[in-house]
Amino acid sequence: MYTDKQEILSLLEQVPDPEVPVLSVIDLGIIRDVKQDGDAIEVIITPTYSGCPAMDVISIQVKMVLLENGFKKVTVTSILSPAWTTDWMSDAGKEKLRAYGIAPPNAVPSVCDTRLFAEEDAVQCPHCLSYNTRVISQFGSTACKALYKCLDCLEPFDYFKCH
Amino acid sequence: MNAENSSLLAYTLHLADNTLILGQRNAEWTGHGPILEQDIAISNISLDLIGQARNFYQYAAKLINASTEQNGLLQSFYPFIAAKAVEGPITEDTLAYLRNAHDFSNCLLVELNKGDWAVTVLRQFFFSTYQFYLYGKLQTSKDSTLAAIAEKSLKEVTYHLRWSAEWIVRLGDGSAESNERISTALEDLWPYTGELLTNAPYESALLKEEIAVDLENIQQQWLNKTREVLEEATLQLPGNKWMQQGGKEGKHTEHLGYILAEMQYLQRSYPGAEW
Repeated sequence: MYTDKQEILSLLEQVPDPEVPVLSVIDLGIIRDVKQDGDAIEVIITPTYSGCPAMDVISIQVKMVLLENGFKKVTVTSILSPAWTTDWMSDAGKEKLRAYGIAPPNAVPSVCDTRLFAEEDAVQCPHCLSYNTRVISQFGSTACKALYKCLDCLEPFDYFKCH
Repeated sequence: MNAENSSLLAYTLHLADNTLILGQRNAEWTGHGPILEQDIAISNISLDLIGQARNFYQYAAKLINASTEQNGLLQSFYPFIAAKAVEGPITEDTLAYLRNAHDFSNCLLVELNKGDWAVTVLRQFFFSTYQFYLYGKLQTSKDSTLAAIAEKSLKEVTYHLRWSAEWIVRLGDGSAESNERISTALEDLWPYTGELLTNAPYESALLKEEIAVDLENIQQQWLNKTREVLEEATLQLPGNKWMQQGGKEGKHTEHLGYILAEMQYLQRSYPGAEW
C-alpha cells in the first residue's frame, strides 16, 4: 500500500498533546519523520523534555490512530538528536496556545543561560495582551511551562517557555 | 564484552545512577516544598533528572543485551545478572530496581539525605554546575548515544543551574538564619564535591577514544562558577581540601541503602508488578 507521507501527517493532526490538549503532535513539532517500507510505517518522534511523562501516551495514541486508519504495522521510534526546540512549534500551534490562555514561546528564542536573576524577554499576557508581566517561577505546571503574572490585569498565566 | 565495552557500560551506569538517585532524593520534597512554586520547581527538576536516567539506563540495557559474552567483567560487576535473578532481556527497570547498593556507582553527594532547603539547593547547585560543563563536552562524545542524551539534557540542566544558583544567593545574602543554614550546608557538603570532578578508572579508560569527558578539564570551570556564585551570596569557598570518595566505585554511605529500600520495595516484593 503506497501512502502519501502528507496523508499520514494529516492523520496525526488528530493526536493531541495529553497535557496541552489544544495542541496536536504536529503543532508541537515533535513528529520528525515518517518512513514507509512496504506496508510498515515508522513514525519518528522526539521528546520535548527528557522526563516528559506524556511521551508514552503520545506514542500509544500515534499507533492507535494509524491502526484505526488501516495501517497494520506501525512502530514509533524516539530519537534525541537534534534536540527539540520551541522553534519547531507551528505558527498555528502558537495561536492555539494563546487562545487557550497559555502564552506561546517567544519567536526569538531566549533560552535560559546561567546568568543569575536574568530577566527573560518580555512575555505577552495571553489575556489582556500586555507586556507588563513578571516571571513567578521558571518551573510551571508541566516541565515545558513557566509561571508568569500580568502586572496590568493581575492574572497569573502559564508561559510555554523557550527551549 | 571486551574491556572497552565494559568501561562504556560502567560509565553509562554511573551517569544513570547519578541522575536517578538525585531525582529520587529531590522527589522527597514533592508535596513538602517550602511554597507551592518551589515544590513544583524541585519536582520538575526531579522529573528531568529521572528522564535523563531513563535514557542512560535504556542505553546500558541495550549494551548488556547486545553483549554475546555472558561471563567475565560484566558478571563480576553485576552479580544479579550472573545469578540469573532476571529472566528475559535486561531493561531500564531491571537496572534501576534490581541492583544492590554496591552495584550503584553514583557519587556520594547525590545519595545524602535531603536535609533542609539549604542542603537541597546547594547540592543541586554543585551537581547542576558539574552537569552543565559535563554535558557541554559530552555532546561531542564519539559515542553518538551519549552525545545525543547530553545534547537533549543540556537545556534542562541550564534551568536547574540558574534556579539553584539564585537560591544560594537568596539564602547567603538573606537573613541571619538563612545565611547560617547555607553556611552549615556548605561546610557539610563541600567534602563531597571532589568526587564529582575526579576520574574513575572507567572514565580514564574511555578518554583516549574521546568517549568520556575528562573531568580534569572541567574542574577549573566548575570551581570558577562556584566561586562566582558563592561570592555573590557573601559566602566563602571553603578552604579544606580533604575529599570523600568511593561512590563511583560502589562504596557508599549508609544513606543509599535506605533510599534503594524505599524505591525498590515494590519490584522486590512483587516482581514484575505493573499498573
